[in-house]
Amino acid sequence: MGIILEIKGLKKTFEDKSNVVNALEDINLSIEEGSLVSVIGGSGCGKSTLLRIIGGLETEYEGEIIVDGKAVTGPSREKGFIFQDHRLLPWLTVKENIRLSLPEEQKNNDSLIRENLEIVELGEFENAYPSQLSGGMAQRVAIARALANKPRILLLDEPFGALDAITKIHLQDQLLRIWKEEKITMIIVTHDIDEAVYLGSRVVVMTPRPGRIKRIEKIELGTPRRRTGSLFTQERDKIYKEFFKETELPFTYNI
Amino acid sequence: MKNNIKQGLGHYVLYFLLPIIILIAWEWADIAGLLKSYTMPAPIAIVNTFIEYLQNGKLLTNIGVSLVRVVEGFLLALAVGFAIGIGVSIFPKFDTFTDLVIQTLRPIPPIAWIPLAILWFGIGQGSKVFIIFLGAFFPIFINTTEGVKNIDGRFFELAEVYEIPKQKLITKIVIPGALPQIMTGIRLGLGNAWVCVVAAEMIGATSGVGFMLSDGRSLSRPDIVILGMLIVGIFGKIMDDLLKALNKRLIKWQ
Repeated sequence: MGIILEIKGLKKTFEDKSNVVNALEDINLSIEEGSLVSVIGGSGCGKSTLLRIIGGLETEYEGEIIVDGKAVTGPSREKGFIFQDHRLLPWLTVKENIRLSLPEEQKNNDSLIRENLEIVELGEFENAYPSQLSGGMAQRVAIARALANKPRILLLDEPFGALDAITKIHLQDQLLRIWKEEKITMIIVTHDIDEAVYLGSRVVVMTPRPGRIKRIEKIELGTPRRRTGSLFTQERDKIYKEFFKETELPFTYNI
Repeated sequence: MKNNIKQGLGHYVLYFLLPIIILIAWEWADIAGLLKSYTMPAPIAIVNTFIEYLQNGKLLTNIGVSLVRVVEGFLLALAVGFAIGIGVSIFPKFDTFTDLVIQTLRPIPPIAWIPLAILWFGIGQGSKVFIIFLGAFFPIFINTTEGVKNIDGRFFELAEVYEIPKQKLITKIVIPGALPQIMTGIRLGLGNAWVCVVAAEMIGATSGVGFMLSDGRSLSRPDIVILGMLIVGIFGKIMDDLLKALNKRLIKWQ
């Protein structure tokens, strides 16, 4: 598989009147087509900024971002973006929310809308208003909306951060299933180590001030994955050690 | 269920209790000889005047005349206030261009325009519609601009991600997003329009509910004055109720 995303020498600074903050420094990363990469780091490590730059939502930076052979100049449907909030328009039904996002020639393609709602298992909710959905359901609609636009790469910015633990686990499984079935490249930014390890085939660990990539860990677990068991725990511990000293390690046990 | 009906009944009893108390007290004051019919007539005198005016057609004619004026002035204000409101929200340069004039005219009460309106348009329909327009325009205009300003900026980011064209952005995001506040502006605007028609008709008119008020005063007929006032109040409330119902239908997503 080829490289779909190439980041070279990326540097991003935020300036206000009094000081300059190095949000990102010396970021180099290439991502293979069809892979699922987690980006993890504490708050302020620039992981969301990195994702927003890839998505074209931040356009002032130094360095090169190349998606699918083209330099990124702004947001586009090719780069699907899932925000932490579902960002559905409250005055449109689920179906109309998706329809609004579609390109002009697909606007009347009801079967495309239905198909993608079925991927997230919400086929029968097309006429519901967002206020009638739970947080997890609304986020699934947001995913369906992104998928309906046939993105080359799906960028997820802490997509499950606002959901309760059980819903989160369900959505992670659903996301893995979608990734396998649709074969879309995905980058997911998270602050949850379990989530990063459970989802990613590679985990990019970032550290703050300035935001840098500390290491990239390959996760040797096939899919479907198990959240319990020693293999998962081992992989997770590797990431834990990037953030905590040995003595601070939270208690875990291996069978 | 039973409980609900009980609650509903209790609600209506409470709702109508105060007006009934006022009526009883009023009637009692008359019986006790506290009222003089040439300053404060008894309720029954107002009912009689109501029937008299209903029969000679004056009541419906005057109400009709005022309603037509309100509808004309209000619809004009709605169209202009909404269009300019959206315009200044979308084009910052247009906002800068118009801001000083609009903000300077805004504090002038519509009633202060009456002398000029009569000089310009005479005492006919034109001057009334003009005053009503001024009264309704500002609440609609200001609430439209505020409504657009208060739309969650994240929706505009979403529009960028999905490359939503400007025209769709306005019809699907800007207008519905501002709609709740625009409806507030419309309610305030219609309320103002109704206030303005009465004021304008009192100062220079030969028909309308406001004219009934000034006519009743010059005839020393307080019963006509009070009847006119009650009509203003009742119609104002009905119009507001209709708008509230419309609001519920339009903003069904909340």
